Formats: sequence, structure tokens, C-alpha cells
Amino acid sequence: MKEPSSVKDELEFWRWREYSRIVEGKQWTSKDIITAGVDVGSVGSKAAIMVNGEAYSWGITRTGSNSPESASKVLGLALQGTGLKASDLKYTVGTGYGRVNVPMANKAITEIACHAKGANYIWGPSVRTVLDVGGQDIKAIRSDETGRVVSFLMNDKCAAGTGRGMEVFADLMKIPIEEIGAISLKVDEEPPPVSCTCVAFAKTEAIGLLRKGWSKEKVLAAYTRAMAVRMANLINRVGLEKELVITGGQSKNIGIVSRIEVVLGVKCLPMPNWREKGLDPMVAGAFGAALFGKALYEKAQKS
Amino acid sequence: MHYGYSDGSGEYYITIDTDKCTGCGKCVRTCPQSALQLETMFIDLEDKTVVSVTEEHRKKIKYTCAPCKPETNNTHCTSVCDSKAIKCTWKPQ
Repeated sequence: MKEPSSVKDELEFWRWREYSRIVEGKQWTSKDIITAGVDVGSVGSKAAIMVNGEAYSWGITRTGSNSPESASKVLGLALQGTGLKASDLKYTVGTGYGRVNVPMANKAITEIACHAKGANYIWGPSVRTVLDVGGQDIKAIRSDETGRVVSFLMNDKCAAGTGRGMEVFADLMKIPIEEIGAISLKVDEEPPPVSCTCVAFAKTEAIGLLRKGWSKEKVLAAYTRAMAVRMANLINRVGLEKELVITGGQSKNIGIVSRIEVVLGVKCLPMPNWREKGLDPMVAGAFGAALFGKALYEKAQKS
Repeated sequence: MHYGYSDGSGEYYITIDTDKCTGCGKCVRTCPQSALQLETMFIDLEDKTVVSVTEEHRKKIKYTCAPCKPETNNTHCTSVCDSKAIKCTWKPQ
């Protein structure tokens, strides 16, 4: 795992780790169908390289103010150390919020289709409901056994419950974002949830609770609970069908995941061990995009 | 595809069945609020033109669609659609 030194700044509690990974024991030759998926989200950019439809490498960075630059940066990160050049990529699909601004993409596809496909790739054909918790929106997607989208719903008006909202809270609480989930679970009893319609309101409410003498753990529990309720409502609206999985940055937030399971009364499929050898659920959209890239390349070859 | 939201005052959704939608555009032309548009979506490895709610109206459809009485599910857009691809879910509390 590589780690740029600049992200080590201890004052930025919202900072999550940017990294890249190459799947061990995989080789490529020029005969293989090598495709890429570039998912430029509102907060994070993800790129995945696939060889014959199998994950080969990926990278995750923060999206900058310039989408084309973020796209090039994250694709470069995914290619790093693989020996592959951008010209080796047979087909590149752009997706996510900034998908129209992916300069190297042969095609742009909505992230809804890509996340369903990617979740199907990571967890297998039993996935029916995908909750994608992104930087600035939440999407509930129902899919069939092939990863085809059956039904879809995006969250309502604002950033509450999204990754960015959680970053705001990490900063407020002075707790590193990667620990926030575990810390929110350190309460003896679940406090009542805070207002869940707006980050700004929730933040104000949280400050009020801190002043009242609530511990950080308790306030985080109340916030995380509120967000989980919100996500659960979205899932219920689109219709919950097993198996349920969570993709996007918040899939790594154990506080959110475990509370969604409690609120909905179902277990999510277990998270792949992305810290070591597993696929990273945050890259699901990019995996899906790279898979579509392969299918589109093969289709183009046939015709 | 569901467009809309639920907030403190109830649930408001326009649902478009992208399998049934033929992209004929009749509903787009009939909508008195100009809230619908044709959009290209990627379905089964094909680009398909289907109707969607415009970005501008997605977050305020409670107000946009109110004049058509969507709670009856008999609005301009639903009645003009030959393939019955549009549905309104209106549950004010």
C-alpha cells in the first residue's frame, strides 16, 4: 500500500487515505483485453484496471477542483507499477458525478449502472440491493443476478448521511475519519438520533449536545444513527431484497453499517478484506465501469 | 427509475419504468410544467432514450407536479403514455 506523505497532516481529521493496489499473482499480456473504469465522484476519484474482466489494479484519490485532472491522476495511480501504459487500455469507461469530464474515456455511463455491476462483481450474483453512499449523495439500487439495474432511487435534498457529511463531523469532533465508525459504537446505550435532514442542522445540534455535556462517542452515535435511519428509509422505499451490500466510502464506516443492519433487521453481505487482499467496495463503480468497457469492446470487435 | 423524495410532509415520487418507456416524448410535450425530458441511459449495453424528470425539478416535484393532482395518478403525463410507463406516488401526510 502506497501512501503519499502529504496526507499525513494530523490536523486534517477528515482526510482519508489515498492508495493504490495491484492484485497479487496476476499477469497481463498484450493479447488480453485490458480495460479501465474511472469513477470521478464528488469527493473521491477511483480508477480500476481489469484484465479480461478480472480486477488487476486500482487507485483511490481525492477529487480535486478539476475533474479531468483528477481523472488523469487517479488513472495514473492505478497504472503505477503495473508496467501498463494508458495506450495499452483497450477501452476506458468514465462514470460518477464528473463522468463527462473524463478526457481519456471512450464512453460515459451513469454510476447507477456501474455500481450495480461492480457490486455484482465484488459480492457475486446473490446481490439484489446496493446502497451506494457517496460523497454527496446516497443511492439505493435494486439489481438482478446479472447486475442489471431493476430499480433506483437517489436521496433527497442534501448532504446529510453522505461521506462529506461524515467528514464534516470528523473535523468537528477532531477524530480521524477512519476511526469515526468504531468510536460511534462505544456507547452503552444508543442515544436518540439527531435531526437527519441537513448537515448544517445536524452539526448545530451536535454542538449543542456537546455543550450539554454529551461525550463525543454519544454525539457521534446519535449522528450516525440518524444517518443510518435515513439510508434505511431510502432502501425501504426502493424495496429491500436480500442480499444487501453497501458500496462507496461509507461502506468502511462500521458505525453506519452495523446500525443499518439493526434498523433494517437484515445483515449485509460481509465486507471484503480490502485492507489486505480483498476488493475495495469504494471502487465498485470503477470495477463496474471497467466491466462495461470489456463488454463494449467485445461488442465493437464483433460488429 | 424513481424521481422525487420524502420529507417531513410526505412522499412524492414520479416513477418511470425504463423497460416500458419507448422514448416517444409524448409526455415531455404534454407536461404543463416542462418537468420532463428525454435522456440517454445505458441499459443492457445499449444507449436507450427514455424520459426522466429534469434535474431542476427533481428536488421540488411536490410543488412542480401539484397542479396536475398526482395523488389521483391520472395526470397529463400518465394518461398520455401508451405504454403506461409513468406512475405517480403521492402520499402527503
